[in-house]
Amino acid sequence: MPKIFYHHPGGATDVIDAVPGTSVMRAAITNGVDGIIGECGGQAMCATCHIYVREDYIGALPAMNEDEDEMLDVTSSPRDDERSRLACQIKVGPSLQEIAIDLPLTQVEP
Amino acid sequence: MSRIVIIGGGQAGVQLADSLRSEGYQGAIDLFADEPHLPYQRPPLSKDFMSEEDGASPLPLRAGTFFGDRAVDFHQGVEVTSVDPVGQTVVASDGSTLSYTKLVFATGARNREISVPGSELVGIRYLRTLDDAKALQAELGSAKHVVVIGAGFIGLEFAAAARKRGLDVTVLEFGPRPMGRVLSQFMSGYFADVHTDSGINLKLGEGIASLTGVEGKVSGAVSTSGTEYPADLVVVGIGVLPNSELAVQACLEVDNGIVVDACLQTSDPHIFALGDCSSYPNVHTGARIRLESVQNATDQARILAKTLTGKPTPYEALPWFWSQQGAVKLQIAGIIHCDDESIVRGEPASGKFSVYCFRDGRLTGVESVNSPSEHMAARKVLEQRLPLTPELVMDADFDPKSFSRQSAFLNPNDKEGLERPATV
Ligand SMILES: Cc1cc2nc3c(=O)[nH]c(=O)nc-3n(C[C@H](O)[C@H](O)[C@H](O)COP(=O)(O)OP(=O)(O)OC[C@H]3O[C@@H](n4cnc5c(N)ncnc54)[C@H](O)[C@@H]3O)c2cc1C
Ligand code: FES
Repeated sequence: MPKIFYHHPGGATDVIDAVPGTSVMRAAITNGVDGIIGECGGQAMCATCHIYVREDYIGALPAMNEDEDEMLDVTSSPRDDERSRLACQIKVGPSLQEIAIDLPLTQVEP
Repeated sequence: MSRIVIIGGGQAGVQLADSLRSEGYQGAIDLFADEPHLPYQRPPLSKDFMSEEDGASPLPLRAGTFFGDRAVDFHQGVEVTSVDPVGQTVVASDGSTLSYTKLVFATGARNREISVPGSELVGIRYLRTLDDAKALQAELGSAKHVVVIGAGFIGLEFAAAARKRGLDVTVLEFGPRPMGRVLSQFMSGYFADVHTDSGINLKLGEGIASLTGVEGKVSGAVSTSGTEYPADLVVVGIGVLPNSELAVQACLEVDNGIVVDACLQTSDPHIFALGDCSSYPNVHTGARIRLESVQNATDQARILAKTLTGKPTPYEALPWFWSQQGAVKLQIAGIIHCDDESIVRGEPASGKFSVYCFRDGRLTGVESVNSPSEHMAARKVLEQRLPLTPELVMDADFDPKSFSRQSAFLNPNDKEGLERPATV
């Protein structure tokens, strides 16, 4: 099964084996990984599933659509031009067997 | 020991349990949820869940381990059947009685049902719960003619999903416009066109008169104009009723929802209510409203957790909402009334535009189609009550993003319209 490494800001890491076809957002929520909220259920409308993808995996990702790009401009933790993505828009599966991401400090405005 | 009892394991109840722990609450938390499932998100049920591809797995609100990790006593599949506000106890369907120091209603809402002749036929469905959605998802595989009663958000989201699967879809709406009460006239007209263009048979000004059947199973829907539309599946989406019966029984004030004050407290100082079941004074409109949205449920929960941990905090968050209908993403910031003055910005034909709504010269809300960043800018403008005028929006050089940013540095005394409308 595809593996997802969730690195928390404090240094801890959760490693999840995700069912192929599952998004990085859904896998986090289903497995109780803190730091991803996913309030819109994966519609790229809430930006509470913001993640920073680790450099080694950026090349393997599907291109970003306009909605995702626009939402990434309004995340509560700052956008990183290279690494920021929405976890709901990235699915693991045959073309993405492994991914490592860093979680931001916050997903919602305090 | 102190004990907070939460009735309802939906978006509001689960977020409250979570936020209570984040706010440092150390007493007992008992969460009663009468549905047999682990708490799940409702919005996908009328969207992705209805598509052929998605494999129909619900999106949980939290992992199964959440309740143990957060020391929340989760009473799955157990209904609270009565409340004694004097003795401060609740009785549950498993026979248990529990005393509380604080009680919270997060009981949500249920579907309003139709009562026309034929309503009892097989093949007439509603869409609120995971069980509703699973039954519908299964029937979509074999249905050919679908009639949706009511052109509200959920009905239209479902209609768009069914149409995408190639089904013949008719939508009956008694009112003159789809989503007519809560959208600007322009936006609701836009959606009428979008759905009609996708091949949905949208019948405005036609309500449901009766349902016809063969051998106990629905076969058609007769509208108030007398026309019969073939149907092997009928989905009713004519709105919801707040679950407030227990509150009535506990002698709390109820008026289209459980009546609460700005801190979400009911007429009993030990009892609170939030989410779809509660009616609260909204500072942005100056009126008492009951909202049905994820934003409302979760933001109210985050604020109520503060109040319940000794930091009384009024709920003042800006309402916002989204809906996905086929390929169209609609996002709404603020509370719009269908007769607000509206100004369209952008080119509707391009499939990306916004409608700015004003009442007495004050911005009430912004509806955005496929424009998430404009929606987010609008939220900032509304939250900070920045002085946006119809003239500014009409200016060809108006840029919502920079307006929402620049104006944040204005001297607050310069913000006209800063004073709040009187609260009822
Ligand atoms: C199909 C669908 C699509 C939607 N799409 C969107 C959308 O796109 N965007 C958006 O913002 N909102 C959407 N919503 C609305 C949103 O889901 C609701 O506003 C939100 O779920 C409300 O949360 P709540 O916790 O107040 O109520 P609910 O989610 O209704 O939860 C209340 C729970 O309490 C339980 N309960 C009631 N009485 C008792 C009792 N006595 N004992 C124990 N349990 C009890 C109920 O069974 C229910 O499980 C949608 C809703 C539906 C149904
Ligand atoms: S879950 Fe809302 S943007 Fe990803």
